[in-house]
Amino acid sequence: MNAPLTATPTLEVVNVTKAFGPQPAVDGVSFALAAGEVLALLGPSGSGKSTLLGLIAGLDTPDAGDLRWAGASLRGVPTHRRGFGLMFQDYALFPHKDVAANVGFGLRMQGHKRAAVAAGVAEALALVGLSGFERRDVNTLSGGEQQRVALARALAPRPRLLLLDEPLGALDRALRERLLEELHTILRGLKQTTVYVTHDQEEAFALADRVLILHQGRVAQSGPPAEVYARPASRFVAEFLGLHNLLPARLAVQNLAGGATGLVALTDAGQLPLAAEDVPPGLRGAQAVTVVVRSEGVRLAGPDEPADLEGTMLDKSFRGNRHRVSVRVGQADLVVALEAGQPLPAVGERLRLRLSPHAVTVLPEAAPDA
Amino acid sequence: MDRRVKLPRRPALGLWLFLLPAAGFLALFYFFPLATIAQVSFARAAGGLAAVLAEVAGSAVVRGIFAFTVWQAALSTLLTLAVGLPGAYLLARYRFRGQGLLRALTAVPFVLPTLVVAAAFNALLGPRGWVNVGLMAAFDLSAPPVTFVNTFGAILLAHVFYNTTIVLRLVGDFWSRLDPRLVAAARALGASPARAFREVTLPLLAPALGAAALLVFIFDFTSFGVILVLGGPRFATLETEIYRQTVYLFNLPVAAVLALIQLLCTLGLSVAYTRLSARVAAPLNLRAARDTRQPLRTPRARLTAGLLVGGLVALLVLPLAALALRSVVRLDAERGQSGPVQTGFTLAFYQELGQNRRNNLFYVPPTAAIGNSLAAASATVALALALGLPAAWAVAAQGSREAKRPDATSAAALALDALLLLPLGTSAVTLGLGFIVALDTPPLDLRASPLLLPLAHTLVALPFVVRSLVPALRSIRPRLRQAAAMLGAGPARVWREIDLPLVGRAVIVAATFAFTLSLGEFGATAIIARPEHPTVPVVIYRLIGLPGALNYGQALALSTILMVVCTVGILAIERLRVGEVGEF
Amino acid sequence: MKAISKYGLFMAALAVALAGCAPAATARATPSGPRTLTVMTHDSFALSADVKAEFEAAHNVTVQFLLSGDSGEALGKAILAYGQPLADVFYGVDNTFLSRALDENIFEAYNSPLLADIPDVFELDPQRRALPVNYGDVCLNYDKAYFAERGLRPPANLEDLVLPAYRDLTVVENPATSSPGMAFLLATIGHFGEDGYLNYWAALRANGVVVVNDWETAYYTEFSGSSGAGPRPIVVSYGSSPPFEVIYADPPITDAPTAAVTGAGSCFRQIEFVGILTGTPNRDLAEAWVDFMLSPRFQADMPLQMFVFPVNPNAALDPTFVKYLAVPDAPVSVDPKAIAANREAWIEAWTAAVLR
Repeated sequence: MNAPLTATPTLEVVNVTKAFGPQPAVDGVSFALAAGEVLALLGPSGSGKSTLLGLIAGLDTPDAGDLRWAGASLRGVPTHRRGFGLMFQDYALFPHKDVAANVGFGLRMQGHKRAAVAAGVAEALALVGLSGFERRDVNTLSGGEQQRVALARALAPRPRLLLLDEPLGALDRALRERLLEELHTILRGLKQTTVYVTHDQEEAFALADRVLILHQGRVAQSGPPAEVYARPASRFVAEFLGLHNLLPARLAVQNLAGGATGLVALTDAGQLPLAAEDVPPGLRGAQAVTVVVRSEGVRLAGPDEPADLEGTMLDKSFRGNRHRVSVRVGQADLVVALEAGQPLPAVGERLRLRLSPHAVTVLPEAAPDA
Repeated sequence: MDRRVKLPRRPALGLWLFLLPAAGFLALFYFFPLATIAQVSFARAAGGLAAVLAEVAGSAVVRGIFAFTVWQAALSTLLTLAVGLPGAYLLARYRFRGQGLLRALTAVPFVLPTLVVAAAFNALLGPRGWVNVGLMAAFDLSAPPVTFVNTFGAILLAHVFYNTTIVLRLVGDFWSRLDPRLVAAARALGASPARAFREVTLPLLAPALGAAALLVFIFDFTSFGVILVLGGPRFATLETEIYRQTVYLFNLPVAAVLALIQLLCTLGLSVAYTRLSARVAAPLNLRAARDTRQPLRTPRARLTAGLLVGGLVALLVLPLAALALRSVVRLDAERGQSGPVQTGFTLAFYQELGQNRRNNLFYVPPTAAIGNSLAAASATVALALALGLPAAWAVAAQGSREAKRPDATSAAALALDALLLLPLGTSAVTLGLGFIVALDTPPLDLRASPLLLPLAHTLVALPFVVRSLVPALRSIRPRLRQAAAMLGAGPARVWREIDLPLVGRAVIVAATFAFTLSLGEFGATAIIARPEHPTVPVVIYRLIGLPGALNYGQALALSTILMVVCTVGILAIERLRVGEVGEF
Repeated sequence: MKAISKYGLFMAALAVALAGCAPAATARATPSGPRTLTVMTHDSFALSADVKAEFEAAHNVTVQFLLSGDSGEALGKAILAYGQPLADVFYGVDNTFLSRALDENIFEAYNSPLLADIPDVFELDPQRRALPVNYGDVCLNYDKAYFAERGLRPPANLEDLVLPAYRDLTVVENPATSSPGMAFLLATIGHFGEDGYLNYWAALRANGVVVVNDWETAYYTEFSGSSGAGPRPIVVSYGSSPPFEVIYADPPITDAPTAAVTGAGSCFRQIEFVGILTGTPNRDLAEAWVDFMLSPRFQADMPLQMFVFPVNPNAALDPTFVKYLAVPDAPVSVDPKAIAANREAWIEAWTAAVLR
């Protein structure tokens, strides 16, 4: 199900299928991208996202379906005429050319004169913060510098569409964080239409206007990051997004004060409150569903607060800005993320927990077509 | 909604264009003459083709000749690899002064005509050569202990002497660009040096090794001068037999059948090789040789290098030195002694080269002969590269396509790859006569044209050019080509900007091969009618075919000049840089 | 796409160049200016420049020579080019290949007036398709110093070679692969007869004769009398080799270091022929050239250029040549037709007797 578009779609992927063996790598994927939009293709390895990117780039042809740009089919248009930019995971810098020659390559192919190429190169390098690197040998650059050169190279010819294939994969955490920020700024600043492929949800959420989650070649869910995270469409999506605490449950109607009715979920961990908007439409009554308890939506109940959940501490592990704690609540084991810097009971002791609003969401029984 | 609509495949037009020049050249100047001479030969057969085939197939002599041809070629190839691999290692992994010169010198044997090589080895290993004289003096012997001429050992030694450079160049160049970190990783995981070599280096070297082994084998298989001159009357191969049947007995049908047998063997080997090599092409992260070569730091490295250099010099350079020395040494008029030869230093032979004492019409000053040789060599290099580069690219493109569905283009490319080797495995006599009978109508009446020479040389050089380039082209990461395509480079542009510079080194190797092949080519040259522009080997043969000290000396002097020209030429080519960042 | 068009341009230029050169090579008669006469020869052909110039001036013609390999190779090419001859005249068929040339009909008959001067013994073709030009002998050569040093009498004829005193002293060439080798075999056949030559060779083998495949190896690697300074003092070479050694010596010498064995029946006479190739468009010029080759001027030039004897007795012989050349008393001749018919069989028999 496509999210409603606010502008005329520029890239349209229509029912694209590609198979390399008996199992299709990309199976009937459709989506559309508007100008200036950043779309993240998110999924585990083997989900078909790099294949899809290759199809968009023209490095391969789909077995079925069509790819369109501004309404015109891209079928038969060779890679070098599409005007798209592609940044590879391993950068693929030309080892026999220096930084300026690498970055200016696309501009040269467009036929610009030497002065214009040099100007474009300087601009692109400034954009990625590598001014002055023109004459450097690419083989001697650090990982972060190579990544930025690769980005500059892809951006310099002002591509209509930028394709990024796991560009931050090879970097260490701190560098990745920083570059993520810079990338965000650059893409926003240029209003660059982008498709960004990654397996890391944090990257996807940080950069994308919309996220497309792929699973075994099919679209599992599509939508703005916040929405996808708040309302995962299926068990797979929830697990992929790192959501723990998936509990089987039965919905029940509960009478609230003031005559209103509310829904609760009956789980092995006890009865969990639900907000109406956290329940997908069409699910009412005593249906068997799966609920998600977000680990960050749980906190220690204060001494004079009522506890939503009570349980026994099984394990705790310090993670820097939080504690990752396993708790046995009722018949279920839950993983909760508790703020660091507060005293915690020891293992084996009782724990009183409180749920934030929207901490519990219900997954649709079967994920509808995105 | 039809989800399974198949998109029409775009025909790979670009690839056909790349194959066409080499294929056309081969068709016109190889298959056409070959078919014509075969037809003419069989037309002369008394009982028709069938009778000739029966006669040849039934002949025990022919079977024996065939068996020996294969045996000596196989053994020679193995020995050449055994000698060439350590040498390739030395040139690939280490950087030391004089390396360029050593590399150039090891290619010189390739250029020398067989009679000259025989003279060189005679100076070293002949009955009055240095080795025998030294041994006789040291051990007080009455007769020379080492016999060289007319032995199987002479054949093997000469083959190794000639062909080691192929291994050194093809394997050494490829090896020098393999990432040494791969071996380091294996060592870190607990592999001994021998184990790391066997498990990591050897498999990675496989494409280049295979190419070198194949070429060396084919050369040895069709070897003529070495068998005839150094082997002597007890040894006969298909090639010598073809020559004998054609020239001395004028038994063209039998010669044609033998030539076809030779051809079919080459074809079989070639097909087997192309099948294998297409599978072995792993895209490697090739690095610049300047990054992978180490200077000689440790004493152990110095010792190893010293031994290897010594070995190479002893085998490949010493005979050249003996030859050069003989060209400046005068033998006393008193002969008939069995002790050391009387000598005296002289430059008379070189001076005589420049003189035409007898006012001989066909006298050619050495500069003119060298000029002719260089002109033919340059034309050969240009033509071989012009035809071979695009063909190599088309062949290499087949190996790296993930599509296993065979289409017409990939079949054509692989077929061309196999067919290109055929001229190497074809008897020069047969092909030369083919030119006579086929190219006899204008505008193709090239029988007496000076153009025929570079054409014939290109036929021989083309497979070398393609063989040098294909492993290197296949090893280019497909990613780089994709990146260039994304940035707007069409197929031809990708080739020029990415493939060509990255294989620049291989192009240099290919050019060097074409150059040396042309300089030293004599078989085809001898068979082709030449107007009065002889190349250096032809003049050498003219001189050495006459009695007289001045004639013999001039032949040696001109051979020395040829050696120098070849060395200088190779050094010059290697200085060339292809691509923006020089050697890569 | 610029790259493709540049490349395509290069290929087109190459093709044009190739095509353009070809017709130039085939033009034999230009409409205006001197005509061209093409003479096809083997590689040993040599001629003084002024002799050629004389002919060219006399007939207003440019003479072009096609050096086409050794005697057998050149003949093979001429035979295969029948119908589209590579040249107008072919020089270099010798008596061992004469039958082959005549049977293939590559020559047109020409009754040159100069034939009247030439002794009949040389005219092996009564139909005058092949005309004799020169003759030489294939003889054993020996190293004078070697025999002098040991006080050994140098060999005087073929029979000496099988004597114990001459054990391990001889090197011969393989008749299957060498022209002088074949000639020497024919000498033994002519001298000992078809019944006796194999016994001779068996005896020679028992006496330690060494066989090599080509003349260069025999002369320069094995023969002690040459600059190669080999181990053996007796070799099969040409009667003209000793003069070569004198004239091409460095430093100059006055006495030949080698000599030829010229006893009766120990040398084989080789005669070389010239013929007008069938189908030549320049018959008149070809005839003029053949006449020229038989004329004293050309004939006198041959000895010091090709080290052969002229057939024309009117040709003056250079004194240097005569001084060092020993003419054999009774060289052996074998009928060319017999050679053509039995060549393969004789070689096979010889191989069995000597090499196996």
